[in-house]
Amino acid sequence: MTTTAPRGAGTAAPGRGTGDSGRAAIAARTLRTDRWWVQPLITAVALVAFVVYATFRAFQNAYYFAEPYISPFYSPCLSTRCEGDTFPELFTGPTWISPAIYILVFPLGIRLTCYYYRKAYYRSFWLSPPACAVAEPHRGYSGETRFPLVFQNVHRYFLYAALVINVVLFYDAVLAFRDETGAWGHMGLGTLVLLVNAVLLFLYSLSCHSCRHIVGGRLNHFSRHPVRYRFWTFVSRLNARHMQYAWVSMFSVALADLYVFLLAADVIVDVRFF
Amino acid sequence: MTYDATFRVWRGDASGGDLQTYTVPVNEGEVVLDVIHRLQATQAGDLAVRWNCKAGKCGSCSAEVNGRPRLMCLTRMSTFAEDETVTVTPMRTFPVIRDLVTDVSFNYAKAAQVPAFVPRPRDEDGNHRMQQVDVERSQEFRKCIECFLCQDTCHVVRDHEENKQVFAGPRFLIRLAELDMHPLDAQDRRAAAQEEFGLGYCNITKCCTEVCPEGIHLTDNGIIPLKERVVDRRYDPLTWLGSKIGRRPGR
Repeated sequence: MTTTAPRGAGTAAPGRGTGDSGRAAIAARTLRTDRWWVQPLITAVALVAFVVYATFRAFQNAYYFAEPYISPFYSPCLSTRCEGDTFPELFTGPTWISPAIYILVFPLGIRLTCYYYRKAYYRSFWLSPPACAVAEPHRGYSGETRFPLVFQNVHRYFLYAALVINVVLFYDAVLAFRDETGAWGHMGLGTLVLLVNAVLLFLYSLSCHSCRHIVGGRLNHFSRHPVRYRFWTFVSRLNARHMQYAWVSMFSVALADLYVFLLAADVIVDVRFF
Repeated sequence: MTYDATFRVWRGDASGGDLQTYTVPVNEGEVVLDVIHRLQATQAGDLAVRWNCKAGKCGSCSAEVNGRPRLMCLTRMSTFAEDETVTVTPMRTFPVIRDLVTDVSFNYAKAAQVPAFVPRPRDEDGNHRMQQVDVERSQEFRKCIECFLCQDTCHVVRDHEENKQVFAGPRFLIRLAELDMHPLDAQDRRAAAQEEFGLGYCNITKCCTEVCPEGIHLTDNGIIPLKERVVDRRYDPLTWLGSKIGRRPGR
């Protein structure tokens, strides 16, 4: 016989059976025998690595432009202090503020409030829960009903901003078909990198749950709105892969930035296709 | 091919209990429920277990197998190594009655609180009409067999007994979504979803979707769309303004 808890010794710990509630007295936090901690661990490591790299690059304020390529972390580059001229410069900011700071709140915002990333970081960082049927360590839980998590509901506004940035990143990719002198008809590996990154980021935005709702999910009568129903069907197909797009686009934006970084720092030279 | 498996089964009631170890023969092709029945027939005649169809359609034999909420009738023994100890416990979110049987009346109380379907007025010829394309979204949720595994695994109530007062659980959030998306339902359930059924407590960690034996996408197709509908009503000033100036008529 294996004893997990003596009779009548139900604990008050979360999810472990309570004497008062009449639950089965099982003291173990979980009886799962698989390696349930691997997935949240990998997620945490990947997200921390990205945040560290992105923070370093955003504050570096250098090596983000290598004609004709601009790093996606710095685009749209709104300040007159920007290197290059890929986007209209709207204002002059202090020299000590990196141009990336002005715009990174939008991509950061859409990912922080994204329904997929919420699952990822609630599990990996807040351990709420770390995995299914594994008790979380917190005594109380109010979910997204109170400040600050009630602000997760602004997700759709970050989506709107992200779609505008997606258009700018496509514009950057088109400009990357010029050469260093501004003449059209150039294509290098950097052009391909920026183009693939723009496509992946666009797929991530389009596959968003809020996008799915806005294009047609809010309707109850699809038959009265056949065009919106088609949009909804299309976005629903993308939405099924939202998690994959979230990860792939996160890696692609970091890799695109790294490529421009290495070019600008003269570590590598661009591979020229034509 | 037959082998002897080691089973640990939780035995007890609300006053206490423990895991007891048994050695039970297992035949090829069997599921956990078969082994539990053999255990009941040969070694533990007083073992309490709820079951009915043995086909994954009645939702009766919900339990936790090696810590994971599962239907015992759909958990094949072939998924375990022959030398692996299989631990079977009752659902941990609900009060235990005895052994593997729990009191799931919490769910029936929540079900009774969900406002019933309110049909729109009939067409002039006296009929109700709806298109298949309008209703098929809701039909996914009708596959629910009410095994309550989603309720069991949801950490909002599993880890916090006190939240049972304010949170209905994923099964009833998709019931609300089903009705709110229904083309003939006349009642707006968005305010109730947030205020009375605790939609805001869900942090969409998707465990309900992972354990659903019917493969219902509770989170992506039910709870998140319902959250977005609540955002329309409570948190999105543009949508609110649109509804006031007539740019967004009926859904």
